[in-house]
Amino acid sequence: MGNVIEAFGLVKHYGDVVALDGLDLAVPEGSVFGLLGPNGAGKTTAVSILATLLIPDSGSARVAGADVLEEPARVRERIGLSGQYAALDEHLTGFENLDMIGRLYRLGRSRSRVRARELLEVFDLSEAGNRPVKTYSGGMRRRLDLAGALVASPPVLFLDEPTTGLDPRSRLDLWGVIRELVARGSTLLLTTQYLEEADHLADRIMVIDQGRDIAQGTPDELKTLVGGERIEVTVVSSSDLPRAQEVMQRFAVGELASEVRNRKITAPISGGAAVLTRALRALDAEGVDLHDVGLRRPTLNDVFLTLTGHAAESNGTRGTSEDQPSLAGRAGS
Amino acid sequence: MMAVVHMFADAAVIAKRNMIKIKRVPEVLVFVLLSPIMFVLLFAYVFGGSINIPGGSYREFLIAGIFAQTVVFGSTFTGVGIADDIQKGIIDRFRSLPMSQAAVLIGRTASDVVYNVLTLLIMGLTGLVVGWRINSSLWEGLVGFGLLLAFAYAFSWTMALVGLLVPSVEVINNASFMVIFPVTFIANTFVPAENLPSVLRTFAEWNPISALTQAVRELFGNIPPGTPEPTAWPLQNPVVYTLIWAALIIAVFAPLASLRYQKAVKQG
Ligand SMILES: Nc1ncnc2c1ncn2[C@@H]1O[C@H](COP(=O)(O)OP(=O)(O)OP(=O)(O)O)[C@@H](O)[C@H]1O
Ligand SMILES: [Mg+2]
Repeated sequence: MGNVIEAFGLVKHYGDVVALDGLDLAVPEGSVFGLLGPNGAGKTTAVSILATLLIPDSGSARVAGADVLEEPARVRERIGLSGQYAALDEHLTGFENLDMIGRLYRLGRSRSRVRARELLEVFDLSEAGNRPVKTYSGGMRRRLDLAGALVASPPVLFLDEPTTGLDPRSRLDLWGVIRELVARGSTLLLTTQYLEEADHLADRIMVIDQGRDIAQGTPDELKTLVGGERIEVTVVSSSDLPRAQEVMQRFAVGELASEVRNRKITAPISGGAAVLTRALRALDAEGVDLHDVGLRRPTLNDVFLTLTGHAAESNGTRGTSEDQPSLAGRAGS
Repeated sequence: MMAVVHMFADAAVIAKRNMIKIKRVPEVLVFVLLSPIMFVLLFAYVFGGSINIPGGSYREFLIAGIFAQTVVFGSTFTGVGIADDIQKGIIDRFRSLPMSQAAVLIGRTASDVVYNVLTLLIMGLTGLVVGWRINSSLWEGLVGFGLLLAFAYAFSWTMALVGLLVPSVEVINNASFMVIFPVTFIANTFVPAENLPSVLRTFAEWNPISALTQAVRELFGNIPPGTPEPTAWPLQNPVVYTLIWAALIIAVFAPLASLRYQKAVKQG
């Protein structure tokens, strides 16, 4: 299968700011591509160029078989876009917005209406469908905007932070909608701040920072890049620490990291839960009392931190207890 | 050929959308309609007694001028509407759709004609109340209104460009006031051009607003008998001169505005 979205050396400057610095990307047909990056990384700029809204300073791109710069009209026939900020008419109702978009996609009068009703149903907006958008909550606007991108069931979709501002249930619903679309053959490029989302949805992820591609791969590949899984044990009494270290060394595939003050040992392992079970039995046999134990796999957040030097903005937990184990683990190794 | 059909179909969708807004925010319409009523009444009663038009009534003379000024001011709506669309981000939606890219501007300028039709209707009724009459035929009267609408439509393309260049509602309101106010005053709208000092008089004679006003006065039969023939060519051939200007404005500003629209005007 060929690539449905391709970009070569995209460069875009805003004055002195380099929004994109030679970005290449390729998205195979029927797959989900996640563009991940901190604020200002250039995600929206990249999406805008691919969706024909913005002309790059240099570079080229092809979407659905048409050149973005040479044949923007043909590209527009085959894409659906939901930008970072909802692009809706405040004074029209939800139904009127979707109906208008359908007409402008040239679906015709009756098909536009049917499609508008369908989508209001899918996005749980049927009841609000006859109210002006002005009266919608942020999440409702977001959903209506996403519905707008799907009106023509386009083969290629660009969603810029599609679930920002959605409550957990709406987010799960949207993930379902997205999976369904992809199952039917749509190709999707999405940007997100939620690592969990990229992990769930994306076949391939590209991490960008300052307009450059800094890492690319499947979610698993990216996690491997940062390091494999590890067991963390915290013992009750410091006097058990040497014995615990001796036991854990038997299961570790590399060097242990120990934090004496926290009575904690981190052991890189390979083999997951089975190894954890055996390690626990061994510790028990040695009579080591455990305060806490856990099997940790690197999250995409670790990937983010390692690659960009700052945590994902949405996470907002820089330096909280959640992050400390991994920070300490790296510092100690 | 197909492209032209699509363009008008899309423009109709956009125009319909703009009309829904008029329906949903009627407050805007109320103010649009109140100010011309106020204008007609103020001029008729404040200046009506002190400005003399040889052989005629100032109120009759005045109405065409107020009509012309008001419909030209109506073009501000086009600029404001476009600025608003850019600010609210819906232009980004339109620009990502496979619609005719000229349709957004055509639909906008077309739907703004509706404002002017309503304004003219209200002003006409107010005019009748204060004593203005169409002294020609119904047919000529309608042509007069048509000319006002045609010129206003053309002029709205200048504001469309302004709206694209400066997408700020406040700036557009102030800028249009500063430009349109003097242009509609240095004309024969409120006093005969002959009464103006010489430099201003020349400007007034060649000002398309003067020609528009003159044409409408003639068509309404509001020029008192015995008024001397105007000496300047534009005022001798006001309908032609007005139409030339309207065509010229569209020929220059419609392509400029369309180009500007197609250029990426992304907001940060
Ligand atoms: N219209 C603009 N004018 C000036 N600078 C801009 C403009 N649009 C974007 N930039 C700059 O380009 C860079 C990339 O912006 P972009 O919006 O693509 O980032 P992003 O990855 O989408 O960020 P976020 O996660 O905050 O949405 C930023 O430094 C931004 O300040
Ligand atoms: Mg963004």
